[in-house]
Amino acid sequence: MSGNHFDEACTAVQAALDAGARYADARVMLRRSEAMSARDGDIEDVSSVESAGIGVRALVGSSWGFYAVPDLSDSAARAAGRRAAQIAAASAMVPGPAIDLVPTGAGEAEWASPCEIDPLSVSLSTKGDLLVAATGAAKAAGADLAEGLLQVWDTRKWFVSSDGHRIDQHIRECGGGVWASAFGDGEIQRRSWPSHRGQYGTRGWELVDGLDLVENAPRMAEEARQLLTAPLCPSGETTLVLGDEQLALQIHESVGHAIELDRILGWEAAFAGTSWLDLDQLGTLRYGSDLMNITIDPTIPGALGSFGYDDEGTPAVKRDAVRNGRWVGVLAGRDSAAVAGLDYAGSVRADGWARLPMVRMTNVGLEPGPHTLDEIIAATDDGVFMDINRSWSIDDRRLNFQFGCEIGYEIKNGKRGRMLRNPTYTGIGPKFWRSMDMLSSEIVSWGTPNCGKGQPAQIGHTGHPAAPARFTNVRVGVRG
Amino acid sequence: MSELALAGRVVELVRSAAGPLAEAEVVVSHVAEALTRFANSAIHQNVADATTTVRLRLHHDGRTASGSTTRTDADGLQALVERTIAAARLTPPDTSWPGLTPPTALHPYEELDEATARATPEERAARVREFVAAAGGLETAGFCRTNYASAAFANTAGQAVEGRFAEAAMDGIGRANGADGVARLASGRLADIDGAVLGARAAAKARAGGQPIELPPGRYEVVLEPDAVADVLANMAAFGFNGKSFAQRQSFAELGAQQFDSAVTLLDEPIGGPGAPAPDLPFDTEGTPRASLTLVAEGTTVGITHDRSSAAQVGAVSTGHGSPASRGWGPYGTHLRLAPGPATPVGDATAGPTAESSRALVANMERGLLITDFWYTRVLDQKSLVITGLTRNGVWLVENGEVTAAVSNMRFTQSYPQALGPGTVLGIGGEAIMLPDRWSGVRYVAPAVHLTSWNLTGNASG
Repeated sequence: MSGNHFDEACTAVQAALDAGARYADARVMLRRSEAMSARDGDIEDVSSVESAGIGVRALVGSSWGFYAVPDLSDSAARAAGRRAAQIAAASAMVPGPAIDLVPTGAGEAEWASPCEIDPLSVSLSTKGDLLVAATGAAKAAGADLAEGLLQVWDTRKWFVSSDGHRIDQHIRECGGGVWASAFGDGEIQRRSWPSHRGQYGTRGWELVDGLDLVENAPRMAEEARQLLTAPLCPSGETTLVLGDEQLALQIHESVGHAIELDRILGWEAAFAGTSWLDLDQLGTLRYGSDLMNITIDPTIPGALGSFGYDDEGTPAVKRDAVRNGRWVGVLAGRDSAAVAGLDYAGSVRADGWARLPMVRMTNVGLEPGPHTLDEIIAATDDGVFMDINRSWSIDDRRLNFQFGCEIGYEIKNGKRGRMLRNPTYTGIGPKFWRSMDMLSSEIVSWGTPNCGKGQPAQIGHTGHPAAPARFTNVRVGVRG
Repeated sequence: MSELALAGRVVELVRSAAGPLAEAEVVVSHVAEALTRFANSAIHQNVADATTTVRLRLHHDGRTASGSTTRTDADGLQALVERTIAAARLTPPDTSWPGLTPPTALHPYEELDEATARATPEERAARVREFVAAAGGLETAGFCRTNYASAAFANTAGQAVEGRFAEAAMDGIGRANGADGVARLASGRLADIDGAVLGARAAAKARAGGQPIELPPGRYEVVLEPDAVADVLANMAAFGFNGKSFAQRQSFAELGAQQFDSAVTLLDEPIGGPGAPAPDLPFDTEGTPRASLTLVAEGTTVGITHDRSSAAQVGAVSTGHGSPASRGWGPYGTHLRLAPGPATPVGDATAGPTAESSRALVANMERGLLITDFWYTRVLDQKSLVITGLTRNGVWLVENGEVTAAVSNMRFTQSYPQALGPGTVLGIGGEAIMLPDRWSGVRYVAPAVHLTSWNLTGNASG
């Protein structure tokens, strides 16, 4: 495939309109991806995927239909447009309220993510050498199991809508990580670098070069082995200091999903769930302490949730979700925003051409605070530090969470003390966020490459700026 | 061109490009997915796609690579072969290549239902309409789905097989006064899916869930309904009976050991048959014929799911559980059936909060909890398979064999194999329900289960 594919998208949109749609859009997408994994100094798997097709969305009356095919011929595009309209007509057998779409400022545009070194241009042997060296170094340092993973995605999209959009985007993403496990008597401890999933962004291979996988792998192995004999994280209520990686996932689960407008409106009630947030409280609800400032920002250069335009053609714009602890914004799409009486969209994306665009996180994260991690620990008489996620679970309203981390440390009299194993903490979202009394300025934009949502299932790529922070009166050490 | 012809074409392209010594396996699958989704009692998302994917795995000069494409024209296939050969040349040596599946006949498998394969958006929407109407004015949400797949496998060792399947499912909730009630059903035949029955079932549960009380954390005797049992089965299959986890000593499973209560018999049944989940393709992505596999027989662990790689590591043979992800994530069972207990009278299928499979078990419980469903379950410790998660879609307090109060959702932290360990199972329901996959692609047939203890570690207050 080469050149642009606006013509096929236009054909599909016109066919949907001719079949009765009052609005239609189409995305032609070409995605090439590559993944390589290694174990104990050997390459375990190398795979590449090329996926190309067209997905068409049609609005007939107040009912949506979507159809996708991997065929970019003129006849296939035309048939896909007609089929999307036919499916929309079937939806009208169980109709909902009237649907409007908030305006997006339609137009012609193109956008590309920043990239110094094309990740697909880096040879597989170079990638393989890196993973072999990293997992080999962890194994040599005492890991019972050393694993590594590198992933690359290169996506071209051509979006056309009956509102007049013609948008061409090229987004390149990559990242990876290394994991070291130590096996004890009936117990396994794992340490991950740089995070529990690795680090990912909309950047070139320079991102992976900066991860220093080989240099950090031995320390991961040593810490995993040390954890086997470390004391258990104590149980009870205490002051909790979270590292930036764990706080990124805390934001993702207890803020990012909660502010998805489709969940708030009940559109995900049967599967992903709803939200504890009520639109009547938008602008007034206290979500967290005054230190809590969360933005929705798809414009952060290189962050994993960045783009030029979402999959409805809305330009990327930074917005507030929580300002000085008050809930002020949501992640929205054109139809959900209209239902909610809001005037902005911009957070709708699809996992490939064969999936329906839906409300997804972009980059949802904290603005920096006034402290440093060292200052936070120095100011804590008695508490626990935890970082690097190990497990996560939260209820369907995004309130009741429990997280496990890979590693913890005692904090006594302002100093980091003994290593603790199996640290966990649990709480209720707004109570937890209202207890945040110190926040670091040391922001890292962590990438989450595996956010699941939707039926059929979709995997989203999201970003989460986060920094170390302190929370009071948190229940830790929950065990089975 | 048929899927089998397409697969054969790719094998020939590999031979001509890489020579006769190259080992290649090719899977061509055509999948037509259609899902009609509803929320706030209206269809809000209605999608379909029809996608053919060609997947090639190649082992050449001691090196392995794989690739896939949705481009099935001559240029697309040629490009797939060339980039996969190029990738294999550049990769480090693969010392654990398990070799190819030799020519092997398929086991007899259940034929698909043509009407389900050809289901229309109108047929799915009609079931949604029935579900909504049967909920009697309650807010409803869920989906009705039909899937059809036709696929073929060919490799350079001469294995060449093909097969098809169709599947239908409905999954929905009714919502009343902040309480959700759920009803799910899967089948190989869309005609088996009755939206009205499911809508009434979900609504009855929702209506019984209002004004919940909050209970303190602690260990409770429980009856887990089939939806909750499905989560237990899925996690045990993914982390316990997984051949890679087993080979890497990360699993609790010990072959030949009495690890479960003698009431527990667990099977993986991917090709259909009486009482089995809706069938899948009759072969895996390595071309190994799929067959029924017993994982636990009357409490004793007797089976581990393997692909060719994990089998080679432990000196076993593949059980037909290869998948595109199995070399990395490990091979696991995807069509799980927990054998039911003795049949019991069912009564009115839509009365009250208790599912048919649970009624006799609830009647035998002096004090405990009736739990409908689990949600967001995650592993805290893989070896002991300690899981944390939450209840969902209805919890009730049972006293002296009767449901006495709805209970708000609770968090649990529990070792799954320990919960089913010797002496812990007080009863297994007589009716097993065929349930759809939710996220992982795993299908189930599960009855309710009555257990001595479940560790609830939090409530709505934290």
